Amino acid sequence: MIFQLRLIKVRIIPLLSSLFATIAIIVVLNKQWGIAPPIGKFLSPQHGFWQNAEPVDKDFEETLKLPGLKDKAEIYFDDRMVPHVFASNDEDAYYIQGYLHAKFRLWQMEFQVYAASGRLSELIGRKALNYDREKRRLGMVYAAELEAKEMDKDPVTRVECNAYTAGVNAYIESLKESELPVEYKIINYKPEKWSNLKTALFLKQMTFDLDGDETDFERTNIKAVFGLEDYEKMFPVTQDSLDPIIPKGSIYPPPSLTITQPKIADSLYFQRKDTTFIVPQKPKKDNGSNNWAVSGKKTKSGAPILCNDPHLGLNLPSLWYEMQISTPSFNVYGASLPGGPGVVIGFNDSCAFGLTNAGRDVMDYYDIRFRDESMQDYWFNGRWKKTDFRYEHIVIKGESEMIDTVAYTVFGPVVYDKKFSGMRRRTNGDYYALRWKGHDPSNEFLFFNKLNHAKNYDDYYEALRYLHAPGQNCLYASKSGDIAIWANGQFPAKWKRQGDFIMPGTDSSFMWQGMIPFQENPHLVNPERGYLSSANQLPADPGVYPYYLGGDFLEYRGIIINRYLSKWNNLTPKDMITLQTENYDVFAEMARPIFLRNIDMTALTEEERTYLQTLGSWELHNDADERGPTIFAVLWEQFTKIVWDDDFSKTKLPMVYPDASTLLESILKDSAYKFLDNVNTPAKETLRDDATLAFKKTVAICKLAEGEGRLQWGKYKATRINHLARLAPFGRTDLNVGGGKNCIDAIKEDHGPSWRMVVELTTKTQAFGIYPGGQSGNPGSPYYETFVDNWAAGKYYPLWVMEKSETGDKKIKCKMDLSGQ
Amino acid sequence: MIKYITAIVLTGLLSFALGLYLPWWEIAIAAFIVALIIPQKPFYSFLSGFIGVFLLWEILAWWIDSKNDGILSQKIALILPLGGSAVLLILITSLIGALVAGLAALTGSFCRITKLMQ
Repeated sequence: MIFQLRLIKVRIIPLLSSLFATIAIIVVLNKQWGIAPPIGKFLSPQHGFWQNAEPVDKDFEETLKLPGLKDKAEIYFDDRMVPHVFASNDEDAYYIQGYLHAKFRLWQMEFQVYAASGRLSELIGRKALNYDREKRRLGMVYAAELEAKEMDKDPVTRVECNAYTAGVNAYIESLKESELPVEYKIINYKPEKWSNLKTALFLKQMTFDLDGDETDFERTNIKAVFGLEDYEKMFPVTQDSLDPIIPKGSIYPPPSLTITQPKIADSLYFQRKDTTFIVPQKPKKDNGSNNWAVSGKKTKSGAPILCNDPHLGLNLPSLWYEMQISTPSFNVYGASLPGGPGVVIGFNDSCAFGLTNAGRDVMDYYDIRFRDESMQDYWFNGRWKKTDFRYEHIVIKGESEMIDTVAYTVFGPVVYDKKFSGMRRRTNGDYYALRWKGHDPSNEFLFFNKLNHAKNYDDYYEALRYLHAPGQNCLYASKSGDIAIWANGQFPAKWKRQGDFIMPGTDSSFMWQGMIPFQENPHLVNPERGYLSSANQLPADPGVYPYYLGGDFLEYRGIIINRYLSKWNNLTPKDMITLQTENYDVFAEMARPIFLRNIDMTALTEEERTYLQTLGSWELHNDADERGPTIFAVLWEQFTKIVWDDDFSKTKLPMVYPDASTLLESILKDSAYKFLDNVNTPAKETLRDDATLAFKKTVAICKLAEGEGRLQWGKYKATRINHLARLAPFGRTDLNVGGGKNCIDAIKEDHGPSWRMVVELTTKTQAFGIYPGGQSGNPGSPYYETFVDNWAAGKYYPLWVMEKSETGDKKIKCKMDLSGQ
Repeated sequence: MIKYITAIVLTGLLSFALGLYLPWWEIAIAAFIVALIIPQKPFYSFLSGFIGVFLLWEILAWWIDSKNDGILSQKIALILPLGGSAVLLILITSLIGALVAGLAALTGSFCRITKLMQ
């Protein structure tokens, strides 16, 4: 007995220790440590990331029964994995679109919504807290709730959005844990159910991305530091070279709204010297785009051609998902946005449609006076008014939840206050409320629905009234021969400079006085000149258009597009592809002579002169293997710094430099432009001094680049496509491509043409397109980045509008048969 | 020797089968059960569990990787970071699984001996 007990004791210790070790190692390998995924779970070939390594010859052929589908439907995938959906009714079509978006892009859809609604702290912890708080305070969720209500009020969008949501959820519910997109496994979380609110949040994120290049704070500081007179010199309303969307010389009917500048504006607004340290969260500057259409009289076929390339942040998985949706009521092809129903840029059997950003200022800040720090009451129109509060619950990974209290005034949410001051984390104790068009109830999905279904100009016109924000230049061309453009959206009618700076918020006198009726938005239909275009320039001549157009505009792409379109005739889709990938730099064309004229040759070394020769002999094309564009880009950057740094470093206040167009066109007009002088030296610097100094600095930088073998523009610019969650190996780097900010082919460092499309509206539509991504959002799929190299090479794919009778076509790779349960 | 090889093969097969239904740590259950059923000295039980799952995971990962042309393994081997080496990634995958299974098999083996002693 004693002997036995002793033996048990001897054996029980190793048993317990090995049991403990086994459990311990499982726990350790099943747990997330810092940013590393739970390693056992992640590496298991039957559960972890290996399951996302899609066989390159995977067959997507399936027969599925989906709950809620009304009728049978078929999806044909072509050799590029573009789905051609044939459904017997619209509701099923949107359901299937939701299902496909989820099947191929679930992670990005949800991640974008997490980002939009300020929930990233849930995934990555406290480091996202500041970002999340700003999103909440911007009222992103508040805006989406209002949008979702509008979606639900309208019978068409209610059915559409409910079906889309049901489709997304049908896919999510069918997912096994091992089938989760790989990013879920890396970050270690699971998808939630989709909802119409999430669809609305996605839309609001796009709206913020396109509306949010907001510089009220910086401009307020500039006005305070430099005074109004200098401000006008730095931020003129327009430029001499302007070639607006609606050509100069056009006449506008008298405005139906009379807007009056408040009498007190001069003392309380223009002459006010208040400054602020707030730096708002901003989307990428230069979110812009090109679109143009030519009428039949300028084309070889006699049919109009419509082209569009939206310039957005370049990401993998791509923002866009290409597809065809065909039902008895419409047959649309184009680029859709995973996150919402419909096709955003594309064409149907009757017409084509394209968008560029309108760039108008629809976000304004008001200075609010609260009675005390509790923010319970604020002063408005001569009395204390009760504040509304919204409580934002922010879940932080590994910590307890934070509740951020956001005050809502008649203007909108108080984004910045004593407790929150944006990125700088510094406040002067002021309260700033945001008035944003995106906070007004609207139903943009009705716009897209009607656009997708449009059969003629009247249908397109009817659709336009539902696009409120983000404002877009909506281009249209039809098989019946019409071309049209509307600088569309619901825009506040403002007096000149209203909302350029922070406005007083103690009464209603500085509020927006009304919305411009959409019929009065700048537009042009079937112009004599036979073409229409927009490239983020001012929509109209601000001297003639009756409403103030304040905002953020870019001049030069518009100039070069119109220069080509006015000269060219007998156009084909191939010519349009050439134009869309054209990288002639019209900005350099205007700016280079200034340098060549003014750089002091006698002050240059032999080596510096060689670089100047390279710059001088450059043919102004931003080709990837050219050195000229690099030298010019560095030179312009150095010159800008030399001109502005001395003036702008007088204070530590956040400010923005004036636009490149302002500096260029100011020195073109006046070679003694007052800011050329360096205020920190007793001497009076001239254009010659600044240009020469800038060039010397440029050569130093270029020599370094040349030593590293990256003076050629493509290598210097080093365009990359980032993964959405910045997992570098899931992105692409060092794409050797040309183009640039002021070229039609506006490829920047990580920003550029995110979908290129050319549509000729012949009886049988001829369309071409490409985007820098792939149809699958799975980094382990051969379809993840399929199009990237061809995109970089400027190639296009023919866009195949499949007919129901073409089920035997060789292009079809596989088929999915769907039916209800 | 036959016992030893049987234990290895059985561990692999059972792990694969359980893997269709249970979370990744089913390999521990599989190795534990096999060690309970097949009496071996603790060290050999450990080795059978270790090698059984090592081979299973090695073969599965290699098979998946070759069907995938190494598209994903290269990227993951940069994220983890293993210098982009798929071979290393497959090896580490298998070693991790093997270690868990080996320890579980060892536990199973001790359990059996303890039971016998009673």
